[in-house]
Amino acid sequence: MSIRLTILSQIENVAAEQKKKIAPLRDELVLTESGLDSLCFAILVARLEDELGADPFTASEEVYFPTTLGEFIGLYEHRPN
Amino acid sequence: MNTAQTDLPCLSELVTRQPGLRLDAPAATVRGAEIGASTIFRGRRCELAGKSVLIGADSQFASARALIELDGVAGRLVICPPDFSKERLASVIAQAGVEAIVCDSPDKDFGAERPIYLCEDPVPLEAADRSPRLASAWALPTSGTTGAPKLVAHRLEGLLGAIKSAPEPAPIWSTFYDIRRYGGLQIFLRACVAGGRLILSDAGEPLGDYIARCAEAGVSHISGTPSHWRRLLMSPYVGLIDPKYVRLSGEIADRAILDALRAAYPNARVAHAYASTEAGVGFEVTDGREGFPAALLGAKGDVELRLRDGSLHIRSKRTATNYIGRDDLRLRDDEGFVDTDDMIEQQGDRCFFKGRRAGVINIGGLKVHPEEVEQIINQHSEVRMSRVSARRNPIVGDLIVADVAPKNAAAAREKNGALEAEILEMCRARLPRHMVPVTIRFVPAIDILASGKLARHYA
Repeated sequence: MSIRLTILSQIENVAAEQKKKIAPLRDELVLTESGLDSLCFAILVARLEDELGADPFTASEEVYFPTTLGEFIGLYEHRPN
Repeated sequence: MNTAQTDLPCLSELVTRQPGLRLDAPAATVRGAEIGASTIFRGRRCELAGKSVLIGADSQFASARALIELDGVAGRLVICPPDFSKERLASVIAQAGVEAIVCDSPDKDFGAERPIYLCEDPVPLEAADRSPRLASAWALPTSGTTGAPKLVAHRLEGLLGAIKSAPEPAPIWSTFYDIRRYGGLQIFLRACVAGGRLILSDAGEPLGDYIARCAEAGVSHISGTPSHWRRLLMSPYVGLIDPKYVRLSGEIADRAILDALRAAYPNARVAHAYASTEAGVGFEVTDGREGFPAALLGAKGDVELRLRDGSLHIRSKRTATNYIGRDDLRLRDDEGFVDTDDMIEQQGDRCFFKGRRAGVINIGGLKVHPEEVEQIINQHSEVRMSRVSARRNPIVGDLIVADVAPKNAAAAREKNGALEAEILEMCRARLPRHMVPVTIRFVPAIDILASGKLARHYA
């Protein structure tokens, strides 16, 4: 599965598990308006680390905070290997 | 019944000296002299004199008013965060000998029957009506190993200990940290003392709406945990405000978050404070770097710090005085130091936080003892043992993970994931969200030390 599809399916899993109603997952979606709170994002980042083998938030010294879903996905797609 | 009296001013006296003070909530505003007043106590305040009173309102606004109104009147103010389940509330009510409950919703279930005093609309403050002035104890819950919260007692004098004379002009404060938790309570008290303005949020208010209200008010001082700040930084609202002072507390402030905040708010002084419910406010670091200067260790002053076995110990008048209802537990050692359980590593002239002593897990500023979670997991009939630990997380600091040793490994495997789902279901039904493990790993056995305790690893 592509990185994008993995992220989208994990977002849906976490939302279902945490009983959160999420907005349609478009690239322009603002993360704070997605329906997921901090704890949901924390769980999402942990699950993605297990599945993709990467945590771009801790990988580098310079931390970039994404604000939209497109930026969030880009962080995983464009991470340095 | 607590009837100890004090000569020090109570909170309503501090507040009424500050006619400019104003509290803003999503649906209401209260100003200066009327802040402390509400009809709950008109003619009924004397009923609460000396009593142990639970502040059980859902809104921060009602809680703020009740605290101002009741300090100096009630014997004990028991302050619970809004997310407490009725089981936890019932435990707090029993431990703190609660005799009356102040709340803003007549239907709320507190798990125990006590007389209810509803917060209603404000009326002018009855300033003269508070003698004799009692030395109210402020009781705050903290996590315990048994699942039941422990309560620590503070005095207003100690809670105010870190608050210096008010800056000019008076700040316009906002806090992401709920004022019913120690970090947020500090900000509420700062606003009360300085007579500025405090912008309060309520559960359910979207982040964008709150930040828009802060921007409209011209917020100058703003406080939250690193996790709160990461949430703001991951939103389009970060640029709406231009604060002069940005404060972090409740979790380790790492270099990434300090750098990101300095970049986002070039006009602000970015400071991280060390404080805990038990140890009070320890110190504030304003040099923009992570950790704190090693020179603070052993220095004389209002607050004394020392390391014992790598853990930070604090002695000051700002620490809590004791655990309520638990004579078997000691909060301070013979010399008056509180062990914070925060592990420190000294490198040259700097000290760095290395996480919590094995045991306590900090999830976005909320501290959890692994035993609270293990106790629930172990109630499953097919579980022999479990061990809960922390997993580092860049969004909220730590998450909870669990190792579970089933009684019958082959049978557990046959259930093909069903056992994990059942355990998680039990945890979700009985624990607050942040305490539910994010992953469960099945293991054949869990190590036990010679002492009979679980082998835990340092954070």
